[in-house]
Amino acid sequence: MLLEMRNITKTFPGVKALDDVSLAVREGEIHAICGENGAGKSTLMKVLSGVYPAGSYQGEIVYDGARAEFRDIRDSEERGIIIIHQELALVPLLSIAENIFLGNERGRNGVIDWPETFRQTEGLLAKVGLRETPGARVESLGVGKQQLVEIAKALSKNVRLLILDEPTAALSEADSQALLDLLLGLKAQGVTSIIISHKLNEVRRVADTVTVIRDGATISTTDARGGTLTEDRIVRDMVGRDMAHRFPDRDRRAGDVVFELRNWNVRHPEQRDRRMIRDLSMQVRAGEVVGIAGLMGAGRTELAMSVFGRSYGRDITGEALIHGRPVDLSTVDRAIAAGLAYVTEDRKSLGLILDETIRRNVSLANLDAVATRGVIEEARETEVAETYRQSLRIRTPGVFQKVMNLSGGNQQKVVLAKWLFTEPEVLILDEPTRGIDVGAKYEIYNIINELSAAGKAVVMISSEMPELLGMCDRIHVMNEGCFVGELTAAEASQEAIMSLIVKE
Amino acid sequence: MEQVDPAQQAARLGIGAYVARHIRDYGLLFALIAIMVFFQVVTGGTLLKPVNITNLFLQNSYIIIMALGMLLVIVGGHIDLSVGSVMGFIGALAAVMIVTLGLPVAVAIPVCLVVGMGIGAVQGYFVAYWRIPSFIVTLAGMLVFRGLSLWLLAGQSVGPFPKSFQALSTGFIPDLFGMDRPNLLAMAVGVVAVVALLWLGLRARARDARYGIEGEPFGLFLLRNAIVAAALLFVTWKLAWFRGLPNVLLSMVVLTVVYVFVTERTTLGRRVYAVGGNAKAAKLSGIRTERLTFLTFVNMGLLAALAGLVFAARLNTATPKAGFAVELDVIAAVFIGGASMSGGSGKIVGAVVGAFIMGVMNNGMSILGIGIDYQQVIKGLVLLAAVFFDVYNKNKDA
Ligand SMILES: Nc1ncnc2c1ncn2[C@@H]1O[C@H](COP(=O)(O)OP(=O)(O)OP(=O)(O)O)[C@@H](O)[C@H]1O
Ligand SMILES: [Mg+2]
Repeated sequence: MLLEMRNITKTFPGVKALDDVSLAVREGEIHAICGENGAGKSTLMKVLSGVYPAGSYQGEIVYDGARAEFRDIRDSEERGIIIIHQELALVPLLSIAENIFLGNERGRNGVIDWPETFRQTEGLLAKVGLRETPGARVESLGVGKQQLVEIAKALSKNVRLLILDEPTAALSEADSQALLDLLLGLKAQGVTSIIISHKLNEVRRVADTVTVIRDGATISTTDARGGTLTEDRIVRDMVGRDMAHRFPDRDRRAGDVVFELRNWNVRHPEQRDRRMIRDLSMQVRAGEVVGIAGLMGAGRTELAMSVFGRSYGRDITGEALIHGRPVDLSTVDRAIAAGLAYVTEDRKSLGLILDETIRRNVSLANLDAVATRGVIEEARETEVAETYRQSLRIRTPGVFQKVMNLSGGNQQKVVLAKWLFTEPEVLILDEPTRGIDVGAKYEIYNIINELSAAGKAVVMISSEMPELLGMCDRIHVMNEGCFVGELTAAEASQEAIMSLIVKE
Repeated sequence: MEQVDPAQQAARLGIGAYVARHIRDYGLLFALIAIMVFFQVVTGGTLLKPVNITNLFLQNSYIIIMALGMLLVIVGGHIDLSVGSVMGFIGALAAVMIVTLGLPVAVAIPVCLVVGMGIGAVQGYFVAYWRIPSFIVTLAGMLVFRGLSLWLLAGQSVGPFPKSFQALSTGFIPDLFGMDRPNLLAMAVGVVAVVALLWLGLRARARDARYGIEGEPFGLFLLRNAIVAAALLFVTWKLAWFRGLPNVLLSMVVLTVVYVFVTERTTLGRRVYAVGGNAKAAKLSGIRTERLTFLTFVNMGLLAALAGLVFAARLNTATPKAGFAVELDVIAAVFIGGASMSGGSGKIVGAVVGAFIMGVMNNGMSILGIGIDYQQVIKGLVLLAAVFFDVYNKNKDA
């Protein structure tokens, strides 16, 4: 055993995040941790890596045969435990090389030895299979490549135990595959990893052992070699019951056209000659869920943001209609008033005010509904937040909890609650289930279905094809700012979508 | 995850733990009391003499008035370095209009306030709509208005002002009950204020209880209110034995109540906090972030103008040096009061208490005859200590 965590208990004010959790990791394996949102996965890893120092939790950690009491991250890094957090922690304006050796610079007496730094960076980039120059700025890289930089950074520190908290949540299919292959490669070189993921197919692909945590307690630890462990079994441990279907049934009946875009054109905000969206038209009927598939960079988020109050791009032309009437979507508040809602893909920086309570986040986009003549009625506001807390099953001791303290999936539900409260006619969801566990996904799908049953129009952007296939009545396939094809639910399949994307 | 009933937990933890968790709020009140007691002792009782208490209010009114606006600016994620200069400039403008040109006070005051708003509007325009960092815009404003007041006054002091203008600051509210000393009105106001505070506090507690919010333990609530009530009654009692309620105290209290209401209860206030907390998310929630930023600067300009008038009225002349470095006192007051540099958090009451802490220190040290050199050093250290205390507590929680 490389690592044993025994009877770990960690309490936050009002919440017992971990209750007597144990975890044992063998040397040289890939150990997956699964569990619902808020089960305590991230917290357990923070305990392990010293983010929560020894003494702030109960229980003991035995690492490499000796009892370990890490006071901070440096402490654990010295012993070869490197954590890559759910949120990437790179400095966007610095180069790849600078980021990799940040705080660990090559050189002497505080003078950086650049040739050496670059040479070593090249070696590390080759190891992780990233073809970029060491001097490239991190902000110019996509999320997938940034993730590889994080791993290169970990490798530069002589990693023995690599911890990845939802590394593929924001990655496209291809990038995820590359990352998982890299993990398998590292394993061959003797690096042990712990990976947290909600994508069970990935877990099945790479994991040697799977530990499931539920409500802050270890439920099961299973050997996954040999392929006997099924996804259904993991799901059952995670949610505590059998889940026969991943997608709820919906009765599919499309009504009149609710939302329509005609000849939508958008240019890049800085480079005016770049056309990001080109002559795009679409219709969504009442009760319909329309999906938009495409690779990262196809322009899906740009399309959604440009429609939602011109939040992206410039020189936007085209017509938008809701219930057949042209609407003014030139600012966000007008778009909201017209009946549009947009659930962003980036909940932390665009969707939430992390330092505020759940209650205040939920009411934010529709404050006037809880106010009389500009004066907020706190009782009403609290009731609203409480209603959504219950109906969306946001796991938290109360609506006065700061959003910062919620687990990723529960934060997503708060964003959703905020937009449901605006009672939109048209709901645009951008990666609505990113980083969300299967149980909560099912709940969110249910909410989507309820909305469409109530005659709303739903547009769903997603990089997870099974989700599009399971939920949508029609799927538009997008590439380089255009729709390159449309598939009905009956025609759609992963292969059909992929072949439309690559046909271009 | 096991959910622990917060009320239950509070009961288990007891008063000590509750205070420890809300150390910032209690710490501030405690610091103010400690500083007052300290100076009361070392000045041999001069600090809390009726005449000095009256002075304390008169001397610090302009800082408190501007701290109200600065809090909103800082909560919105910005800063305004120009307020000292603007205050001086408006004082100069008032002097030129009233003393040199002989315009009626009733005309000059509204003109000055409108000019203040205009100044705020121009600065706010560059900050909000052109996204020039407020530090730079208001640094420019600080230089421009310092220069303009010198130019307006031609380097001279201009005064004195007519009585009607001086009343802005040094006037007292006549005793409705016709007594001279003690001033019954002052005492009545003190009693009414105490009752109102208690009533509001109890109402808030009842509301919190209804929604299961963990409230202050009742004993602590009583203790805190007893201290505040005693302080209020003590101050009004002392004021009653001098000349009663200064006009400026009344305007300060009214303004403070209005701003507390706006920041805590209105959609407008809520939106300012949202913009400071996460401007991008606020914008995508349909909040017109630019307009709000613009408005916080207009408001700041208005309050800086009011402060300029009050200050000129108290000194009874406008001098080119008026308002010099005052922006630093105002900003310090807001940060001592617990606002965060990155925006999104901070309270009006905190800023007002912060201003009083600065005020009592200024006043106490002057009584002691401590030189301006040491005064600056001490004020600087107090600011650092207050913010350090904040950061320390935040880190401890995490
Ligand atoms: N600093 C904190 N203060 C209070 N509660 C916290 C804090 N950090 C985590 N929690 C709570 O602890 C529980 C476990 O959170 P954690 O982030 O470990 O979940 P997770 O399993 O990683 O979920 P996800 O899959 O959504 O990322 C949650 O209920 C969360 O609200
Ligand atoms: Mg997590």
